[in-house]
Amino acid sequence: MNFVDFCESLPNEFLGLKVQLMCNSTPKLLGGVPLTIELVLISLLIGFLLALGLALMRISKNRFLNVISRSYVFYFRGTPLLVQIFLIYYGLAQFDFIKESFVWPFFREAYWCGILALTLNTAAYTAEIIRGGLQSVPYGQIESARAIGMSGILLYRRIILPIAFRQALPAYGNEMILMVKGTSLVSTITLMEITGIARYIIAKYWTPVEIFLVAGVIYLVINFLVTQIIKYAEIRFTPYLEHAKKTR
Amino acid sequence: MDSFILLRFGDTGWGDEMLRAAIVTILVSLSAMAIGLLVSVFATMSKLSSNGFIRSIGNTYTTVVRGIPELLVIYLLYFGANNAIMGVAKKLFGYNQYIELPVFLIAAIAVGIISGAYSTEVLRGAFLAVPKGQIEASKSVGMNKFLIFRRILIPQVMRYALPGLGNVWQLTLKDTALIMVTGLVEIMRQAHIASGSTYSPFTFYITAALLYLVLTTASSRVLNSAERWANKGVRRA
Repeated sequence: MNFVDFCESLPNEFLGLKVQLMCNSTPKLLGGVPLTIELVLISLLIGFLLALGLALMRISKNRFLNVISRSYVFYFRGTPLLVQIFLIYYGLAQFDFIKESFVWPFFREAYWCGILALTLNTAAYTAEIIRGGLQSVPYGQIESARAIGMSGILLYRRIILPIAFRQALPAYGNEMILMVKGTSLVSTITLMEITGIARYIIAKYWTPVEIFLVAGVIYLVINFLVTQIIKYAEIRFTPYLEHAKKTR
Repeated sequence: MDSFILLRFGDTGWGDEMLRAAIVTILVSLSAMAIGLLVSVFATMSKLSSNGFIRSIGNTYTTVVRGIPELLVIYLLYFGANNAIMGVAKKLFGYNQYIELPVFLIAAIAVGIISGAYSTEVLRGAFLAVPKGQIEASKSVGMNKFLIFRRILIPQVMRYALPGLGNVWQLTLKDTALIMVTGLVEIMRQAHIASGSTYSPFTFYITAALLYLVLTTASSRVLNSAERWANKGVRRA
């Protein structure tokens, strides 16, 4: 039995919802998954690198760097993501000098504006997560590493980063889920990811509740997978803690 | 500067409209937070229930609402709420007329349902943070369930939950930006309208961003002093 036959075998209506239509539109909505995941992965990756820099600036003793990092985080955490997206996509077009410059082909595309907004946004939240992780490293560990002669990069690579990474992992998992949800906002600037496609189908058939429900289920599945990956990573990086849990 | 002319108060500028929109944002956030707290009290009770079925209702609520994008929750309620209510009215009362809920109400309920899911997690954590020994002790001096709730649990849960609820408030405030899709004229919608008719999107969206910054900064001030107030009886090392 192929998928179309399967959909037709379902009742036409259930609880007032057009079930066949929901079934039929599932493949179309799934067509938005690659773009959603692409947006999430690219912005998480670049955002993480940016966040690393911001976190190091934040804990550095240089007051100038400190203030820059602080204001960056303050702005991006204090305003809604939607404003940030609109400011980049619609806002920058107000200035002729941007429209005439070489960056315009970049800012003209909703895709790049979406990625830029998501990246800048996640960088601010991730910077705080990394800072929290770095500051959670017990001072005794650093002291003892110094005592046996580690310093600089070696100290970071062998002691600070692994501990900080493990500490920050659960919070970073939450941030990943926030990003998956955040990508739905770029549908407002014409990008055809899951929510964008949902809106397109709804404009055609006018069945908003059915289609948004299917889209919601798809997001739930993606986020479920993300939580499983994080859970796996947590066990993978601290297997001895899992052992301790079991024997307790 | 052209931008400042655009933001003037009165009939010639958009300043007063933006401020009025900010008040709408505050009102929606407050209503949503109140609705969310109400929902979260019940959801927390259900999540901490010893009955597996009741527990699964609370768990499903928090998992689903925190797992799907806020924008979808708002769309679903915006398009679904009127139909659902009309369906119920038809079934129960045979009422066949068209019913339309006010947009403000739908927006507040939608954001309230979202903020309720996060508040539930905060409240649950706060309840579990109350040491078990205290509840045992209050039982042993003869308090009944209600009295324990009122005298032992509530005062401490409120203190434990305050920082978390503060975070939920900030989230709620920012989530109200999404209700622009319902057409309710809050900060984002107003900025959208204004930039559409003046061709100055940057001016208005940056104004919107600044308004949100003012709101989040002001609320974090208030929340900090609320936390200080709630913790004034706590001994610190």
